[in-house]
Amino acid sequence: MTVVDETGASAVLRRDDALLRVDRVQKYFPINGGGILKRNVGDVKAVESISFDIVPGETLGIVGESGCGKSTAGRTIMKLLDPTDGKIEFEGRDITNLTRKEMVPLRREMQMIFQDPYSSLNPRHTVGAIISAPFKVQGVKPARGVQAEVQDLMARVGLNPEHYNRYPNEFSGGQRQRIGIARAIALRPKLIVCDEPVSALDVSIQAQVVNLLEDLQDEFRLAYVFIAHDLSVVRHISDRIAVMYLGRIMEIADAEQIYEGPLHPYTHALTSAVPLPDPNAERKRERILLKGDLPSPINPPSGCVFRTRCPKAQTKCAEEIPLLRELAPGHFGACHFPEEKTALIRG
Amino acid sequence: MSEAFLDVRDLRVQFPTEDGVVSAVDGVDFSVEKGKTLAIVGESGSGKSVTAQAIMGLINRKSAKMTGEVYLDGEELVGARPEQVRSLRGKRMAMIFQDPLSSLHPFYTIGKQLAEAVLVHQKVSKQEALGQARDMLARVGIPNPERRIKDYPHNLSGGMRQRVMIAMALLNSPEMLIADEPTTALDVTVQAQIIELLNDLQSEFGTAIVLITHDLGVVADMADDVVVMYGGRVVERGAVEDIYYRPEMPYTWGLLGSVPRMDTDRGERLEPIPGQPPSLIRLPTGCVFRPRCPYHELVPGNRCDTDRPALDAVTPEHSVRCHLEPAQRREIASERLAARGGDVLGGGAGGDGLGATRTATATMAAPVQTEQATTTTPPTPVPADQPTQEDQQ
Repeated sequence: MTVVDETGASAVLRRDDALLRVDRVQKYFPINGGGILKRNVGDVKAVESISFDIVPGETLGIVGESGCGKSTAGRTIMKLLDPTDGKIEFEGRDITNLTRKEMVPLRREMQMIFQDPYSSLNPRHTVGAIISAPFKVQGVKPARGVQAEVQDLMARVGLNPEHYNRYPNEFSGGQRQRIGIARAIALRPKLIVCDEPVSALDVSIQAQVVNLLEDLQDEFRLAYVFIAHDLSVVRHISDRIAVMYLGRIMEIADAEQIYEGPLHPYTHALTSAVPLPDPNAERKRERILLKGDLPSPINPPSGCVFRTRCPKAQTKCAEEIPLLRELAPGHFGACHFPEEKTALIRG
Repeated sequence: MSEAFLDVRDLRVQFPTEDGVVSAVDGVDFSVEKGKTLAIVGESGSGKSVTAQAIMGLINRKSAKMTGEVYLDGEELVGARPEQVRSLRGKRMAMIFQDPLSSLHPFYTIGKQLAEAVLVHQKVSKQEALGQARDMLARVGIPNPERRIKDYPHNLSGGMRQRVMIAMALLNSPEMLIADEPTTALDVTVQAQIIELLNDLQSEFGTAIVLITHDLGVVADMADDVVVMYGGRVVERGAVEDIYYRPEMPYTWGLLGSVPRMDTDRGERLEPIPGQPPSLIRLPTGCVFRPRCPYHELVPGNRCDTDRPALDAVTPEHSVRCHLEPAQRREIASERLAARGGDVLGGGAGGDGLGATRTATATMAAPVQTEQATTTTPPTPVPADQPTQEDQQ
């Protein structure tokens, strides 16, 4: 039941200069039953046919609630997980079926920053060893020597270069995240997938790291895939935003479009649920409260996966899977009954 | 604050460790009335959770030194016997913990755990206790409560478990509820449900709520009053409008400047607070925020390095711990806030009538400042040459 919508994917993927092109990528995790045969008794449909592209220097935010498949999507793009179906292109080259070994040279171009700054750094390695690991793995010998290069990187991300020989436990969460960032930019990649890079940090430190990521992007023309559940942070940093729900992209558009005129009822509910740091505005605001919980990704609802919680659901929503279509210029939504006000120009 | 239900005075909690004494809470004062919500805002290590645990009597007296006074409806708790505090816990005051998975026992059904909370405080049969548990689950919006009471915690989603925690806290209709990061582990849509639930329950039962969080959006949504903590101290305290529209402490400015907002221009840069939070073992002498404060040079004579600023009243409801002159503070605040969202300072509904309340400050703050405040509304910066000295630290 691969409901790949040809039109939806091709409409979203139309930029020729795309650095990364994700074309109807799907990731299922098989569930094996008990007994010796370990028969496949079903799949966790973590990511179901998602499509998007990124151009150099752009930030694509992926938002959604826990269990929506955004982290799996990030890992699949990085080829840390093998996609079940679909195609991933990096700089025009199909990397979908590359082996781990074949991926190694590409790791120079695409890097990842992880959520947990405590478990993503080896506690037995010095900071110098951690940040210089990419050079070793890739066999790169910086002109001025590894140590000078690493110390440059440390200074660049706001760490004291003299702390080269310290261990991760001597650093705070925010500083550790900077170590992770230094490691990710060591080889001057073109794309960094950031999986919840600031959610483990305190508010004041969060802002420091967000600013650092923005500076690095300007300096190196980095493209980011910024995965987070905090909608305010994602809006702040992203050029385009994809909203995911139960493994699917519900809406994808420019950051302003998503927040000012969400067309999908889920996006609308999601943005209205974020409390604003402004008491007077907060008192006047209308909130769309969603009922119930996320359905199981093992057995998702028929038709539109959001229909079980959607305030606008009708019979058509149970029968037909809505395709991602262009509801306004550059603004795609997968809904049979999108929120009004914006004229339907195509599809 | 005449009829405060909870009154905390000069609360101090110290933990002796191998590296030295950790002053987790250092002289905290606040009070909460029935039917009101007080938010304690701060980052990790600011002492906000330890404050909550101290109020609830959950600090181990063998490993920590606790002084000060906590009055719950007039009854002092710090000096009270543990059994006495235990008899109040659950019945008159209850707590919702941050992590619902580790706060529920994995071996027992939801129903058993909830019924136990009833049986501790009420002389009822097990059947009746289970009945109450079921009703409360329905009350907090859990579908099929008859079935759910037979479930184990792992059968439930995060949002459901948090509701179970809330149901457990509310079972004996406590008069005060302490919610320690009640929505931090939850998704925004579930968070919105929980906030709505807490607000509804409060208006129904008149519960006093102490909300502990770092999320300034949740605070804006729920709180009547706000206490901002830093390094174990209260650095600013006031009505929610004071804190958001007329903040006077550089740390509060920093916090407000650090959060990206969905309702302002996207392109603008965040203004983070430089540096790291302090170690509670080696707190800086002078102002605890001094190492991260961009304005300490404006205070003459290095006082930020040497003197601990006192918590001074700006109005009877609004106090701040800072050496900057009140006029300077207001000027900087209006500049910083204007840069972020335009009509912020004094734009709130509470802008009027301030003069009157400020006059009443005379007994608490220096008279010079009070006079100025009566003549100038907060957004207008007072000329710098006007005499604003009240260095009565």
